[in-house]
Amino acid sequence: MEWETVIGLEIHAQLATRSKIFSASSTAYGAAPNTQANLVDLGYPGVLPVLNGAAVRMAVRFGLATGATVRRRSIFARKNYFYPDLPKGYQISQYELPIVEDGSLDILLEDGSRKTIGITRAHLEEDAGKSLHEGFQGISGIDLNRAGTPLLEIVSEPDMRSAREAIAYMKKVHTLVRYLGICDGNMQEGSFRCDANVSVRPRVQAALGTRAEIKNLNSFRFVERAINHEVVRQIGVLESGGSVVQETRLYDPDRNETRAMRSKEEANDYRYFPDPDLLPLVIDDALIEEVRGTLPELPDEKAARYCRDFELSAYDAGVLTASRDLAMYFETVVERLGGQPKLAANWVMGELSGALNRDGLEVEASRVPATALAGLLARIGDDTISGKLAKEVFEAMWSENRGADEIIDARGLRQITDTGAIEQAIDAIMAANPKQLAEYRSGKDKLFGFFVGQVMKATQGKANPAQLNELLKRKLGGA
Amino acid sequence: MHTLTVGEIAAGLAARRFSSVEITRHLLGRIERLGAGLNAFVTVTAERALQDAREADARLARGEGGPLTGVPIAHKDIFCTDGILTTCGSRMLGNFVAPYDATVVARWRSAGTVLLGKTNMDEFAMGSSNETSFFGPVRNPWDPARVPGGSSGGSATAVAARLAPAASGTDTGGSIRQPAALTNLTGLKPTYGRVSRYGMIAFASSLDQAGVLARSAEDAARLLGAMAGFDPRDSTCVDSPVPDYHGALAAPLEGLRIGVLREFFDKGLDPRVGMLVRAAIAALEERGASVREVSLPHLPLSVPTYYVVAPAECSSNLSRFDGARFGHRCEKPRDLLDMYERSRGEGFGDEVKRRIMTGTYVLSAGYYDAYYLKAQKVRQLIAGDFARAFAEVDVVIGPTTPTAAFELGAKTSDPITMYLNDIYTIGANLAGLPAVSVPCGFVREGDRELPTGLQLIGPHFSEARLLGIAHQYQVQTSWHRRMPPGYE
Amino acid sequence: MSLTRAQVEGIARLARLQITEEQLPVYVDSLSRIIDFVEQLSAAKTDDVEPMAHPLAGQVQRLRADEVRETDQHEKYQRNAPSVAAGLYLVPKVIE
Repeated sequence: MEWETVIGLEIHAQLATRSKIFSASSTAYGAAPNTQANLVDLGYPGVLPVLNGAAVRMAVRFGLATGATVRRRSIFARKNYFYPDLPKGYQISQYELPIVEDGSLDILLEDGSRKTIGITRAHLEEDAGKSLHEGFQGISGIDLNRAGTPLLEIVSEPDMRSAREAIAYMKKVHTLVRYLGICDGNMQEGSFRCDANVSVRPRVQAALGTRAEIKNLNSFRFVERAINHEVVRQIGVLESGGSVVQETRLYDPDRNETRAMRSKEEANDYRYFPDPDLLPLVIDDALIEEVRGTLPELPDEKAARYCRDFELSAYDAGVLTASRDLAMYFETVVERLGGQPKLAANWVMGELSGALNRDGLEVEASRVPATALAGLLARIGDDTISGKLAKEVFEAMWSENRGADEIIDARGLRQITDTGAIEQAIDAIMAANPKQLAEYRSGKDKLFGFFVGQVMKATQGKANPAQLNELLKRKLGGA
Repeated sequence: MHTLTVGEIAAGLAARRFSSVEITRHLLGRIERLGAGLNAFVTVTAERALQDAREADARLARGEGGPLTGVPIAHKDIFCTDGILTTCGSRMLGNFVAPYDATVVARWRSAGTVLLGKTNMDEFAMGSSNETSFFGPVRNPWDPARVPGGSSGGSATAVAARLAPAASGTDTGGSIRQPAALTNLTGLKPTYGRVSRYGMIAFASSLDQAGVLARSAEDAARLLGAMAGFDPRDSTCVDSPVPDYHGALAAPLEGLRIGVLREFFDKGLDPRVGMLVRAAIAALEERGASVREVSLPHLPLSVPTYYVVAPAECSSNLSRFDGARFGHRCEKPRDLLDMYERSRGEGFGDEVKRRIMTGTYVLSAGYYDAYYLKAQKVRQLIAGDFARAFAEVDVVIGPTTPTAAFELGAKTSDPITMYLNDIYTIGANLAGLPAVSVPCGFVREGDRELPTGLQLIGPHFSEARLLGIAHQYQVQTSWHRRMPPGYE
Repeated sequence: MSLTRAQVEGIARLARLQITEEQLPVYVDSLSRIIDFVEQLSAAKTDDVEPMAHPLAGQVQRLRADEVRETDQHEKYQRNAPSVAAGLYLVPKVIE
């Protein structure tokens, strides 16, 4: 039996507003419990919600960036259920008339092909608080700092057919929301959360199988593993004659398995109805155009431009545009250099990314600013130093926080381009190694590398390689 | 002093005939002597009242007084008052000290009023007789065996018994107007969105509105002016300028087009009340108004519409009362579910539970379209009827209630009987229209004379006109000046 | 339209209201009467009628500026709490 996997993702992105969606409390992460929960967030008697305009604009940005329809009139609805992290006993969300509908994103698959993933809808809602269980016996402690933080819930069509595709889509959304500046994408802090709806069906079957929802997956790796595990589990159930139960499951990363959530076993009737405390959200042309004017160049557009204008490969363009900050860094280097995009690309993807990863830094915190890297690359271009030495210089720039020229001069690394000096060095090496010279002249071409190495050593790596090669060839050849 | 209106008190204070502390002390004394029998107050804030009064006197002495400085008032216990018990008539909030002032409270406070206390009310504003309060029923000063109406029964009784010159109330289905009619007061429900709901404990969010119970339209005008206006903390509050209500009272009645609501003169109406209302209409005609009949054919559906919409909204609004962060929590909860079920089961009275369950039902899967959505559509039809009427007339008139005050316990066995008390008032809430009840005469029951009220309903934001008509009527009549025997 | 015991029990559970055995029949009766009463609505002709969610037509939601305007007052707010420790509201354990 050939099985096909069908996956849809629901992503909750915390919007990067300063204040909450319906109250003027701060959204800053990490505050002491309940110190950022005001009367509105606490659901006190008599309080009322007032909508944060920045959250609306961020949702519109997302809609425009995914080619979606931005509804000119959307409605907030109450989703009613009882839970300690939900102070009002209802969550203000959007139900029948969400702010964004019918968008899409293209993902790049491993074989280089593209696939379009549909985005059914994206809507605004408020986040709940947190329940803490450690340190208490039979009791939970509720922290409502997070209650009321704005969320954009992004629901995909069930268009993905493998965990790989799901991850590609999730990463694309992650990149996009950061590009748009609407979400910091910090999965450890819970700014970007994913639920996966997974089902399987015989490949020949048109109808979808029963799906299970896997909740609160907070890393790409967990999403991939959870989906893969769930697919195997469902196939196992079906192949042994059982049927898949529509339920919500939690992924356990320690055991790499999913299990059903007990509290959700009872079907919950959310009794959605339009929130009477909020009026219809009407978005006019002016607002849409205002937001459209603030859209940055989006990752796909940028990557396409890199391929076109800089002749980079699709892969390289993809890596460079995965983060807007990295792309901006790269573009600054190219601009300062006045060209040589391939050189810049190699260095940004290579040395720079290596150093960032090693030290656990984000691009904005790079110890070598883009202009400084451009300065270094310029010194390669003008033959001041060799590419190999430049790597050393880079490391020094990184740890010492100094510019390329300073380090080159301080360490005396200027390339030797004086042909006389190089010839002298070559002569000395030739004189010191008569055996190898004879062997080379009698046909052992491999020894060329030996002479290159020796001259480089003698000149502390500073001999200009191109000139060295040319001169060595001449002299070894007997001239 | 307790018979003085708000206007007379303000004049007296300005003329230094007495001080705010004096009148406040006088009223506190009356409350102490007469209050228990009526049960109008949940909390009497004596210390705070005297402090407010002293501050007011100081302001007046400095020449910094306004039209309400030093005037004692009471607030319905549905408004959050910072540092003061706010119970909403419920065991659920029986020990709840509010940590903030409702906007209405803050506005009357900054206008210099003196807070005498928090008045009793039907639990969570659900009721038409003030018999559902956890703190016991309120009695009508016109006959203590009878109800004062609800849910603002405590406010009504306090003002009618001359314990306070005026009080705030809220009106979701008639809860200001109906008690006003049953206790001989002028009770105004403003247009939806005219007054901020921030800090007003929510019952039915799209229907609730804060308003005033006072002894005259003139007093109501002063107090409405101090309470109305835009509040950025309430999304449903309208941002439009507040007119000078007091200044508009003198507008003459010539040319006024009055529509007599046919559907209000139905078989449920006590004919004696009907006669009094018709006499009042005739009096207005004599003053220059023209009268015709109007029909609002969908109005008979207003009570069933209300009893779908209001419970639905309240079922959700009251979910926050779960024993977790404030309010009543049951003893030794076994687990989370037990905490919820027992805290709410113990904290809420029967009527509240009935309405929560009704609301839960009409919103639930499979029933939403047939009930809630349907009711919202009928609501649209009712509002449409009013709009069509207002194309022909300036105000609509009719009785406020079908009968005068009924006896305690008379209607508590069948919820529907109680609900039908609101039959004339609910329409204005559904359409968000302003409405006022004005005393229009007395009917005799046994050896008691019981007050009745006529109701004026106007288009959105026509409070000035409604109060003006009421005022002109009160210039010509003296029903509103009569006091309950024993409370003069 | 009469509601059944099971329906009323279900509603009470959804609304997290404890109803005792004694109270149940009373609620079944009164809720049935209420639902019966509101049944009248079904006779109204409402095809092509928009549901009215807010009484003032044409009102739209105002947008607030994205500014933090709150200070930490959790001690004041938590004075009303039945059970608090280390700044957290305590409730019986939530089972996932």
